[in-house]
Amino acid sequence: MPFSNLPLLVYIYQIWEEEGIEAIETWNVGEQQELEGDEESKLSIALDINSTCAKVAFFIISKSMNSPTPQFVPSRLGIYEPIHQIGIWGENFKSNGNPNTSTSVIVEVDNKLENESETTSHEMLTASNTYEQEASKPIDKIQRRLAQNREAARKSRLRKKAYVQQLENSRLKLIQLEQELQRARQQGLYMGGVLEGSHIGFSGTVNSGIAAFEMEYGRWVDVQHRQICELRTTLNAHISDIELRILVESGIGHYFELFRMKSTVAKADVFYVISGVWKTSAERFFSWIGGFRPSELLKVLVPQLDPLTEQQILEVCNLKQSCQQAEDALSQGMEKLQETVSSTVAGGPVDEVSYIPQVATAMEKLEALVSFVNQADHLRQETLQQMSRILTTRQAARGLLALGEYFHRLRALSTLWATRPPEPSLP
Amino acid sequence: MDKVMRLASEKDVVVFSKSSCCLCYAITILFQELGVTSTVHEIDQDPEGREMEKTLVRLGCNAPVPAIFVGGRLVGSTNEVMSLHLSGGLIPMLKPYQTWC
Repeated sequence: MPFSNLPLLVYIYQIWEEEGIEAIETWNVGEQQELEGDEESKLSIALDINSTCAKVAFFIISKSMNSPTPQFVPSRLGIYEPIHQIGIWGENFKSNGNPNTSTSVIVEVDNKLENESETTSHEMLTASNTYEQEASKPIDKIQRRLAQNREAARKSRLRKKAYVQQLENSRLKLIQLEQELQRARQQGLYMGGVLEGSHIGFSGTVNSGIAAFEMEYGRWVDVQHRQICELRTTLNAHISDIELRILVESGIGHYFELFRMKSTVAKADVFYVISGVWKTSAERFFSWIGGFRPSELLKVLVPQLDPLTEQQILEVCNLKQSCQQAEDALSQGMEKLQETVSSTVAGGPVDEVSYIPQVATAMEKLEALVSFVNQADHLRQETLQQMSRILTTRQAARGLLALGEYFHRLRALSTLWATRPPEPSLP
Repeated sequence: MDKVMRLASEKDVVVFSKSSCCLCYAITILFQELGVTSTVHEIDQDPEGREMEKTLVRLGCNAPVPAIFVGGRLVGSTNEVMSLHLSGGLIPMLKPYQTWC
């Protein structure tokens, strides 16, 4: 089969290291074809060592023909070498946006170009010499070489396929994350601007209130972490109760600081606090009116506080019961609020276009939500205060450590969950 | 001033509320839980509501409602009642007025 009749897409890819010029040119010989399956046969035909028919063309492509000697090593374009290079090029595959086009190379040395530069002609001669030398080698060696090349090409294709698959997966993951981020942003940046033009003016305050809180909360978590570590090392060492008391006071004070922060941002946007967007996902799972449930808190703490005196056990028991009763009352109040808002919004004829009266009334009712959040935080604060009163200093320190560690682990759980590996997609 | 104090001393446990106030509702639920029947006066339904609201604020409630009176004496608003309850002081206070059916 005459060499020149083979329809093959030819890429010649060069890097001119000295000048950093990359030139890619495609030379379409006949029609473009996928090089799957038939590649081996095509190449072997192309490498038909019928020396009277074969031509070796050498294309050197550059932006300016006066450029200095390329670093391009001609032996890389010897007849057999480019097949090896397919493997390497497969790895360095730069997406021209067309991953399915072929990457094989047929080298033809065109004698015409010999005249274009001295050095290149020398290189070409070397190439042709190499070619002629190869032609005289025994056939089975050549066959072996061909097989190796085919193998390398096949491996390269598989590698490329795996790489592309990996890229696709990453792309999907990225889209997922972007959507999640968008959703979280929308939740956090509730504007309340249902009525045309009325509340848009406040959106700046809302955003800055939320932004300020987020920054402060980030710092709060860092300080919390430091306090926990300090408590841990201090409890293992043997320091006086007085010094430990200082740590306990600052630990409790730190929680009170959080409640103050939440109160401020609740005035800016109560839905932001209630939705728990500012917390990690596992923490949010346990959320009750914008924070942890005091009675749950006690369940986490008490096992860590052993041994407790009889009196302490009784007092903690009473505290837990009071918490639960107070929580129930607030929860039922919240339910009533939901019912009220719902019936207000749904009220009135639906075939009227204007819903403004209903929504405006509902807005007034929603103001109560701020009081509920404040009451819930007040309950948390009181619970911490009572525990501090009931327990000894050392017990209180252990309690704070247990509490802080619990939240820390919940955050770790959230992170682990968020970064869990996707299901394997490759066989 | 008079109406508030009069109403407050008429019954054992009195809660001044507003018809739309869900926090007031929560307080009455708590009292119910503790075996106390509270008398609720909705000041927004009362013709003298404005005056009563001013009185309650003057008496020291940061929010006029809910305002809780036990045995004729002002306990306070939600904050005070909750703190009292968690510290274990509410039940003893309500004991004389508990009516378990």
